[in-house]
Amino acid sequence: MSDASTATPPLLEVSGLGQRYGGRTVLRDVHFRLPAGRSLGVIGESGAGKSTLARLVMALERPSHGQVRWSGRDVNAMPARERRALRPHVQMVFQDPYGSLDPRWRVGRSIVEPLSALPMTESQRLARLAEVLEAVGLEADAATRFPHQFSGGQRQRLAIARALATRPRLIVADEPLSALDVSVQAQILALLRELQHREGISLVIVSHDLAAVEVLCDEALVLRGGEVVEQGAVERVLGEPRHPYTRDLLAALA
Amino acid sequence: MSAPLLEVRDLHVHLPGVGGARLHALRGIDLSVARGERLALIGESGSGKTLTALAIMGLLPDGATTTGHVALDGRDLLTLDEDAWCGLRGRRVAMVFQEPLTALNPLQRVLAQVMEPIRLHRLAADRSQARDRAMALLARVGLDDRQARAYPHQLSGGQRQRALIAMALAGEPDLLIADEPTTALDARLRVQVLDLLGELVAERGMGLLLISHDLALTARRVDRLQILYGGRVMEQGDAPTLLAQPRHPYTQALWAARPRLGAGRDQPLHPLKGNVPALTQLGEGCPFAPRCPLATARCVDQPPRFDGRIACWEVSP
Repeated sequence: MSDASTATPPLLEVSGLGQRYGGRTVLRDVHFRLPAGRSLGVIGESGAGKSTLARLVMALERPSHGQVRWSGRDVNAMPARERRALRPHVQMVFQDPYGSLDPRWRVGRSIVEPLSALPMTESQRLARLAEVLEAVGLEADAATRFPHQFSGGQRQRLAIARALATRPRLIVADEPLSALDVSVQAQILALLRELQHREGISLVIVSHDLAAVEVLCDEALVLRGGEVVEQGAVERVLGEPRHPYTRDLLAALA
Repeated sequence: MSAPLLEVRDLHVHLPGVGGARLHALRGIDLSVARGERLALIGESGSGKTLTALAIMGLLPDGATTTGHVALDGRDLLTLDEDAWCGLRGRRVAMVFQEPLTALNPLQRVLAQVMEPIRLHRLAADRSQARDRAMALLARVGLDDRQARAYPHQLSGGQRQRALIAMALAGEPDLLIADEPTTALDARLRVQVLDLLGELVAERGMGLLLISHDLALTARRVDRLQILYGGRVMEQGDAPTLLAQPRHPYTQALWAARPRLGAGRDQPLHPLKGNVPALTQLGEGCPFAPRCPLATARCVDQPPRFDGRIACWEVSP
């Protein structure tokens, strides 16, 4: 990437990242730099280590090797208090929206819940709630309903609204489309791309949907069995894949 | 020409709704599957595709009422009692479900589960013959001896789906119904499983009714397609024709909504606006009318006109 010469550290930098569970290595020696406003697609099949990488980037677990840096600072070396202060800048969207919506809460409460860590008044929180609902294309009165009263696509919009609430600079989305109908996938895809343009948000998208990665990402990284087999600009990785495994993945879609 | 293996005519299903209401969920489905033929029912959540499969299998929920005609090899299925069904389900008609972990027994080795229908329907003389047949089936779907003797949790998602297919084949069915058999799998495995189903249909002369929400994935791997929306068939035809020139506004919108691999980061996206209607919102008119760019007052008031290919007032035949 081209900003190596500037003094600003990248929004996200991962170096020598590896993870072992018990004696088993699930991720090995991952490196990448993601400048603010750019997006990365993590491609691979079940068991490739994609979700482990997502959790490490989110600092939801500690790596056995290497570093994750948010804006130049190692998240696993900083005091917990400092990490908590940075958390609002990094949010996550899951495959199943119930991962971030409590079924017993009215959705408005789930959406503003991440704001409780921030110094905001109640009226500021409600104003932000209205803003993010509008940003994801839902009516303001959605806030008073429960998750089960929405369709799958609407629930994914709600999960994205929650992720947006804190004005994050980075959203990590783990298979955000794969539980949705094809027509709804297109709506969520369009929404995510609009958010990138309008809010300058960076995405790390974990997906086995190569077309979605092409539409949303600048960089791609292909994982297989916990190792990076190929990485680079999306148009290069998907357009002129060098590794046979990437070619295989592309051929399956032909 | 001989009668089709499966014939469904004017199938209507009403489901019980809140406060005694009756919800008209399927509104006159016609379909047929011949031996050796692969038909895909394509639809989004709530389109009625799974309900159609359950109606065919006699597995509708309590309180559902069915009218119309469903016949397997000329035998009326709608009037069968549960005893008669037990000799048929798993034997003449078998089903493969979306999530293999819920369809497989976690406490039993895969091999034993494949042997069960063979024993139940007395398709083998004794236990060892049943075991041999089950092993052969598991080998055919691509599982080796070690995987055959594994418990479901020891297998990957793709291997489990293969085990489930072997189980469905064990009763030597004439008709295989596969409801979203690949949705839980990675893209590459989806293709492999669909190709396997296609090979098995050709080898065994079964009929295949494949249910999917993914038009792009399915279309090149079946003979015919039917596109469902709001409990009606919106468009049908042989797969290459329909794919080359989808004619119904819904099919066109569904097709256009997919991002194209290779079309670049800034390619225009054409998501469908609005939502799939809930059963309670369906009226007598075309279910797609509220989202359709061509809709007129007639489309809202009257059921769509079906010309054998599409159900639409506005697109001329």
